[in-house]
Amino acid sequence: MLNRRAFLRTGAAGLLGSLAASRLAFAAAPTDNRFVFVFLRGGLDGLHALAPFADADYHRLRPGLALQADQVLSLDGYFGMHPALAPLMPLWQDGTLGFVPAAATGYRERSHFDGQNMLENGSGQPFGARDGWLNRAILGLNGGDRRLGLALGPAVPLILQGPAHVQAWVDEQLPDLDEDFLARLAQVYQADPLFAAALGDARGAPEPDMGMGAAGAQGDRRAFSVAARAAGDLLARADGPRIAVMELQGWDTHTGQAWRLERMLETLADGLRTLADRLGPAWAQTVVMVGSEFGRTAAQNGSGGTDHGTGGLAMLAGGAVRGGRIAGRWPGLNDAALFEDRDVLAANAYEGIFKAILIRHLGLTPAFVEAAVFPDSRAIAPMEGLLR
Amino acid sequence: MRDIDSFTALNRFGMGAGPGDAALIGGDPRGFVGAQIVPSAGLPAALAGFAPSATMIADYATARRARDGSLRAVNQRQFEAYRDEVLAAAALAVTTPAPLRERMVRFWANHFTVSRSRGPIANMIPAYVREAIRPHVFGRFADMLKTVVRHPCMLIYLDNPSSIGPRSASGAVRMRQQGLETTLNENLAREVLELHTLGVDGGYSQDDVIQFALALTGWSHGGLRRGGGEEIHGRFVFVPRQHEPGPKTILGRTYPEDGEAEVPRILDDLARHPATAQHLATKLVRHFVADDPPPQAVARITRVYLDSDGDLAEVTRAIAALDAAWADPLAKVKSHQEFVLAVNRAAGNATPQVPDLFRPLRLLGQFPYLAPSPQGWGDRASDWIGPETVMIRLEWAHQFAARRAGGQDLRQAFDATIGPVARDATRTWVFRAPSQDAGLTMIWTSPEFQRR
Repeated sequence: MLNRRAFLRTGAAGLLGSLAASRLAFAAAPTDNRFVFVFLRGGLDGLHALAPFADADYHRLRPGLALQADQVLSLDGYFGMHPALAPLMPLWQDGTLGFVPAAATGYRERSHFDGQNMLENGSGQPFGARDGWLNRAILGLNGGDRRLGLALGPAVPLILQGPAHVQAWVDEQLPDLDEDFLARLAQVYQADPLFAAALGDARGAPEPDMGMGAAGAQGDRRAFSVAARAAGDLLARADGPRIAVMELQGWDTHTGQAWRLERMLETLADGLRTLADRLGPAWAQTVVMVGSEFGRTAAQNGSGGTDHGTGGLAMLAGGAVRGGRIAGRWPGLNDAALFEDRDVLAANAYEGIFKAILIRHLGLTPAFVEAAVFPDSRAIAPMEGLLR
Repeated sequence: MRDIDSFTALNRFGMGAGPGDAALIGGDPRGFVGAQIVPSAGLPAALAGFAPSATMIADYATARRARDGSLRAVNQRQFEAYRDEVLAAAALAVTTPAPLRERMVRFWANHFTVSRSRGPIANMIPAYVREAIRPHVFGRFADMLKTVVRHPCMLIYLDNPSSIGPRSASGAVRMRQQGLETTLNENLAREVLELHTLGVDGGYSQDDVIQFALALTGWSHGGLRRGGGEEIHGRFVFVPRQHEPGPKTILGRTYPEDGEAEVPRILDDLARHPATAQHLATKLVRHFVADDPPPQAVARITRVYLDSDGDLAEVTRAIAALDAAWADPLAKVKSHQEFVLAVNRAAGNATPQVPDLFRPLRLLGQFPYLAPSPQGWGDRASDWIGPETVMIRLEWAHQFAARRAGGQDLRQAFDATIGPVARDATRTWVFRAPSQDAGLTMIWTSPEFQRR
């Protein structure tokens, strides 16, 4: 018996074989454009991933933390990528990677959990909706077949929860059950809609492998890479899902930020490269957005880290992205520019980026987006110039 | 098991239903629950003999300071201690005649989450729960809060030892030498206000966070701080040279400079605050009544909390007395831990081993004490049930049943677990199962079993 993780490590064969036999169901999708949202939970420090290394205020605020000119990968002489993002440099150079600094949702407090909830529910306030905006977007894509969404990991995050049926993929499984047993169980589950829906979404072809081996902790680098590989392979399929959500924990860097973010950013870069590679030709039709619930304080704190802030970063990658440029408005870091005297101002709205992707890339109508996906967002226009 | 209330007593208020549990309840399910609420019961024998956190921290810090390669062995030994205590606590949960206490220990440990995601303390969390949570689950909330915030594991998890008052002796030097804007770290102060006490809408401001963080400066421990030449003992210490001098004003009340004594006063006031009562009552009612807590029940528990000055025995009694908590026996979904423990209890597996606990929880994404953030695990059905998790629960239960079948009578297993609440379809298909292990799997994975 072969453990799926071990199977991947040996590289003896592609992932596709085991995916084909997994319990994911496939169907014809109405769009060939792909969207992947990579959720960095914990509050990414935008100023450390995309450093304004030529700004004197940046060095004043972060005397022990600021990246120096000889450390960063300069993009335009003012902003530079953290060196751990070096694997993404070719994407920048070929115009399929872009950044929006000073970006955030409309959330202006500093709770991770409210901030994440608001980013995911899309109602404009924490706990303002019980389902996720990306799930509601899927409803608008194709009423006939809704099997478009894919969560990587055992739990479906709120952003993908809701009336549209979505699938989940996890990289290790137990001995499977026979169809007859599942058919019987479906009878037992019939009276309980929660369990009936979950089982209905899960049933598919039987699962051949017997994985009970060691798994990494959450946030584990290899786990993210494996998930990226699975996402790439599944999204590349003609009959596969079109929208996926990946999560990476561990961005809440109150202490030891320099070395922690170096590891985290390496993991992120590695996963994004893997995703791009596995998507193959479909990369041309893909938008990947990397985002977080908020940014962090402009100044470093007392522990070589940063505390919860406001304006953060959005990264956009993929063949459908008009990359090679820093988009949006940059407010700067001088005293007058900071939000509440401490945070990077949120000059660019995540909601505007989301709306641009939904309307220009996935083809939803503005009316649908403003009625069902982001109901409180009429004041925020889709951000221009992000996509090809 | 004869009646629906017995199901509720064992599942909503307990750790699941096992073969001997009907006898435990007798004819009085509500009395069975109430009788378990006894303030100080002492440490259960099953958990005696595990090392104090101070010893573990001291061993770890000593090995780290020695730089002689001994840290690896210490880590391994401490991981084994962690694993053994998690298994011992699981054995307790599946055998105890007083399962409400185990449920409350897990509830409050989750409320005051410390997660393995932070290196050195990863293996000390069972000790933290044993020392800071367990003694207080039927005591006063303020005592639990003060013990938790003072505990080295929480201080380390939320970065407090490296938070230094900018105008303290140490801070002034650092500010000047390093040109810093601040030497504070807000993490612990913010999470105590947001998660542990007032709640995110509890009416505090960013200034309150900073003022509370200033009061917390100097709260540290003898051990894991890097670079310090301090004495290693692994216990709490107050470091005056890091403490911000001067009064602190939090939620409109000014606390004069009083060194180490400031924080306990602030915590006492936070524990008494109506927003804290409301926040805790909402979480408790969500846990014991429904994912969407009924406002009347929340109001009732808030009232009892305030009137009893945060006496958790009174509060727990009041929850058990809510008719709403007994109205719908299937209102809640078991978390993955609750589900896995309930299967072990149903199977009469008195000493769960690694494959009975850690493996399924790793696959399901609820590895013991590895909550993704200080918020802890969620408490709603949508946190637990999705297409992948429903299948993993099924497949693991099937494997577990196959290993344990034989000797368990299907009729008795059915009656002891879901008998009073089983739907007709469930009953029909369980007894039509082609084999005993298929029947057991079907009981354990029925929606009725997976709910509480």
